[in-house]
Amino acid sequence: MSNMIKLNIDGIDVEVEKGTTILQAARKVNINIPTLCFLKGVNATGDCRMCIVDIEGRRGFSPSCNTLAEEGMKVKTNTIEVNEARRTILDLILSAHNRDCLTCVRNGNCELQDLCKQFGVTNIKYEGEKVKPHIDDLSPSIVRDSSKCILCKRCVSTCKNIQNICAIDVAGRGFSSRIAPTGDKSLNNVNCTFCGQCILACPVGALKEKDDTQIVWEKLRDDNTYTVVQVAPAVRVALGEEFGMPVGTNVKGKIVTALKMLGFNKVFDTNTGADFTIVEEANEFVERLEKNEELPMITSCSPGWINFIEMNYPDLLSNLSTCKSPHQMFGALLKSYYAEKENIDPKKMFVVSVMPCVAKKYERAREEMKNNNLYNVDAVITTREFARMIKQANIDFVNLKDEEFDSPMGEATGAAAIFGTTGGVMEAALRTAYEIITGKELKNIDFMNVRGEKGIKRANVNIGGKEIKVAVAHGLGNARKVLDEIKEGKADYQFVEIMACPGGCIMGGGQPIVNSKKRLDLDIRTLRANALYNIDKESKLRKSHENPILIKIYKNYLGDICGDKAHELLHTHYKQRDKYNLKD
Amino acid sequence: MKTLEEIKKIREQKRAELDLRVNLSANTVEKHILVCHGTGCTSSKSPQIIENFKKILEEKNIKNVRVIQTGCFGLCAKGPIVIIRPEDVLYVMVKPEDCEEIIDSHIIKGKILERLLCKDIDEKIVKKLDELNFYKKQKRIALKNCGVIDPENIDEYIAFDGYRALEKVLFEMTPEEVIDEVTKSGLRGRGGAGFPTGKKWSFTRMANGTQKYVVCNADEGDPGAFMDRSILEGDPHCVLEAMMIAGYAIGANKGYIYVRAEYPIAVHRFQTAINQAREYGILGKKIFGTDFEFDIEVRLGAGAFVCGEETALLESVEGKTGRPRLKPPFPANSGLWKKPTLINNVETYANITKIILNGAKWYSSIGTENSKGTKVFALGGNVVNVGLVEVPMGTTLREIVFDIGGGIPNGHEFKAAQTGGPSGGCITAENLDTPIDYESLTQIGSMMGSGGLIVMDDTKCMVNLAKFYLGFTVDESCGKCNPCRIGTKRMLEILDKITKGEGTVADIDKLEFLANIIKKTSVCGLRTNSTKPCTKYIKVF
Repeated sequence: MSNMIKLNIDGIDVEVEKGTTILQAARKVNINIPTLCFLKGVNATGDCRMCIVDIEGRRGFSPSCNTLAEEGMKVKTNTIEVNEARRTILDLILSAHNRDCLTCVRNGNCELQDLCKQFGVTNIKYEGEKVKPHIDDLSPSIVRDSSKCILCKRCVSTCKNIQNICAIDVAGRGFSSRIAPTGDKSLNNVNCTFCGQCILACPVGALKEKDDTQIVWEKLRDDNTYTVVQVAPAVRVALGEEFGMPVGTNVKGKIVTALKMLGFNKVFDTNTGADFTIVEEANEFVERLEKNEELPMITSCSPGWINFIEMNYPDLLSNLSTCKSPHQMFGALLKSYYAEKENIDPKKMFVVSVMPCVAKKYERAREEMKNNNLYNVDAVITTREFARMIKQANIDFVNLKDEEFDSPMGEATGAAAIFGTTGGVMEAALRTAYEIITGKELKNIDFMNVRGEKGIKRANVNIGGKEIKVAVAHGLGNARKVLDEIKEGKADYQFVEIMACPGGCIMGGGQPIVNSKKRLDLDIRTLRANALYNIDKESKLRKSHENPILIKIYKNYLGDICGDKAHELLHTHYKQRDKYNLKD
Repeated sequence: MKTLEEIKKIREQKRAELDLRVNLSANTVEKHILVCHGTGCTSSKSPQIIENFKKILEEKNIKNVRVIQTGCFGLCAKGPIVIIRPEDVLYVMVKPEDCEEIIDSHIIKGKILERLLCKDIDEKIVKKLDELNFYKKQKRIALKNCGVIDPENIDEYIAFDGYRALEKVLFEMTPEEVIDEVTKSGLRGRGGAGFPTGKKWSFTRMANGTQKYVVCNADEGDPGAFMDRSILEGDPHCVLEAMMIAGYAIGANKGYIYVRAEYPIAVHRFQTAINQAREYGILGKKIFGTDFEFDIEVRLGAGAFVCGEETALLESVEGKTGRPRLKPPFPANSGLWKKPTLINNVETYANITKIILNGAKWYSSIGTENSKGTKVFALGGNVVNVGLVEVPMGTTLREIVFDIGGGIPNGHEFKAAQTGGPSGGCITAENLDTPIDYESLTQIGSMMGSGGLIVMDDTKCMVNLAKFYLGFTVDESCGKCNPCRIGTKRMLEILDKITKGEGTVADIDKLEFLANIIKKTSVCGLRTNSTKPCTKYIKVF
């Protein structure tokens, strides 16, 4: 039996595979159907009714995003009636919407705005009661503004189906329907991991990061503060998108220039911190492997993931590596080793991390992330906030010259760069672990079987004749699967890498928001990941333990890898946490 | 556990014992005091009436008199209702304190208690149920056992042909023959849309899959409707038996009944029926010694109107929030947990056992060309005999409202009647002589609906009425689709403006425009129909 279906869309014959939606079939012949709640791979509930089409013989109009193509179907996507209905739906959404576009963080990157432009909306046709405004800004990471919510439920689908968390869902019914965390609590008091994937899914300004740019501006203007900034690997391959550059452009040099123009005293690379993380983590792994204790060891550099395991699998906490995440390690070193060396009062030092992540805002403020009573990092801004700062400072980013990170804390290996994508931490750690265990040089440095977009990657790695079983999971839905395997004794992994965001940090909740149309046509994840792998490929040094500044700091300051000093500064601990705080 | 032989024995014995219920010349010295224990009469203290009767009989040491709780008799306006057989005397609006007098006068002295007799619409005092105009044009098929048996006693159900239809299909008919019989009967969905029941059964039977489900929709939500409630309260076993027959026909071994939690008596009665049937081995494995197995679970609705829509109902049964699914796929192919699922409404099921026992030919001889059998209506609003009526299809609205319903009280004129609940439409005086069937009601801009029939007199403002129904729709919109969630709200705001006297002609245009868009773009039937009252009223008034 043939697996192909023939149908006719707007007079054009289309042949598609069984299971193809009308929307997909239409795209195949370059027919654009406007969508709003549809998000490829995430949401196709057909609730917004923007993508409706007229199918011959069917009563009313059908949503094209989730109606499957059928043999012989005759579809019209562009009739006067269909467009009139779409326009009316837009009018209705606008009638209930907070139309403060000028002051909205998504002004210029809003799918509702785009549709209004497309449909030529020049007046407000219906007036009436609006969606009840409710702002939830209690969490350190995510802000929700219900007055801007258009109930597309893309965030709900992301949280429920991709991340498998269900921190938010639709509450109430009819006009009082609203997206709400459990029991209408704040996100801060429910099982939200602050991964921020909901922000990336939001077509409008109803979900955004907690803005921390104000405090950074203040510190930059304060002569008594020594401002140091560090930049995560994933930021450099995404920031360019905020300035219209192609997806996957590496803008590392321009970032350094821009940060210096903003007035930071020193501009360093989180990748240096990542090299420390690898070296500590690889040694920790080898130690556990030798003792055959607390295996599998699970990576700990994704703070959304840490929130998840602390709330959901407290009995597996001892399996976590005790390593802090790279920017926290780096912050600790800046306020100890570097401050001492440069004779700077660490109390006057203000460390800013530019991160692809909103969970890092939460991580930064954890009590465990202090040494000598000082936070390792003082502010975390996301890639998006960083872009806004550049724009506010009137910097012509695209035409900036490249500069190098400041020395000595700016040197890093290729292994650190790939930290920003799924499988990268595992690969980097294996490169180092191999040489520790075997004492020999690793020749074939690319561990291809932990790369790629598969949700869970399982591999056997041969190290000195010994088979090491590893697993790599990205996205919390996949993380849950792997943890269940471990918990139920169905898997005997020795090393597991988990990142909260699907794709890893390159797709983190703090990264540039890509609208649904672009996501339909471009594989954003692969383009950004490839850019990181290119950085690695072009690096002279590709193993973390070969980083010269790292070798120097261990020799002159930290002492042994995983030694006392290293433990004090570079390691942390975890605690079981309740999912819900029902008191507040 | 009872064997088939034992059940047949119960039927024989009990039938002889209870013959009095259907045969006034039955050979017995017993008297039966039947007291309505439906929701309506219960709220007017019928449970206390039953208790009082029993207490007084015991105190006075009177033998051979049974007091029986029954389902709804229909004449709710005159409740609580008490009927004493074999005299077949109907007492209405009985109070608990009347019990002693009834027993003294009627039972002991044999003298009818005149003051509690019913006054008919023509002012005549009526002694017997059948003499009432209210019952003359009715034909009780779905409600056959309502008011006749004790719904909480499986033996009484068995006595009146109970589980005989199940026995017949299991031993004498193939599943195909069962479906064929239902198809030939011409029975159509009583939930409102009127889809041919046999066709639905056959689609579900033909669907691929080994696990299939039978679901009963008892989430009766239309304002003023209580047909399904009354059936479940008065004759729960007939629905249970029909679900089993459906299970046999489509190849399912599991059934769910989704009842709204606001129907505590119906829920209790149905659960009791399930428990009793399980105890007798009628539900379970190896039913009547055959290889057929079936069990039923009750699921409670939490008060959302939209859960009466079949796909939202399925979501709710699965434990999710009740919001409609996109169709196709239809439940027959992908229903509960994506398995082929048959969903019928309570009243539809209530016809099945009768069709099996009396044959499709008999059933299809009742009604009109395209709408066979009877329809139960919950008659409410400005009408004398508020209550539950079952009439053959083809009966005119005038007959229901005036002959059965007794017309409009307080000397007012008939203005309109709403059928089909908030999704339906209203019928005006000029269409009063339309014979009731699915097609003719649709033709005059209304719909059969589930059977709520609300009569309005000439003092009622239709814009206010439209506002009421639209308000209901706004409240009950699940919020899934934009056009319904926001659109109905905007329509209500415009109507509100009109009722305040601030409306303009442009507002009427806006209403019509929005109503049309919502109808075309929303996902479920409830919504596409929700704007009907409003548009209809615009047209008519």
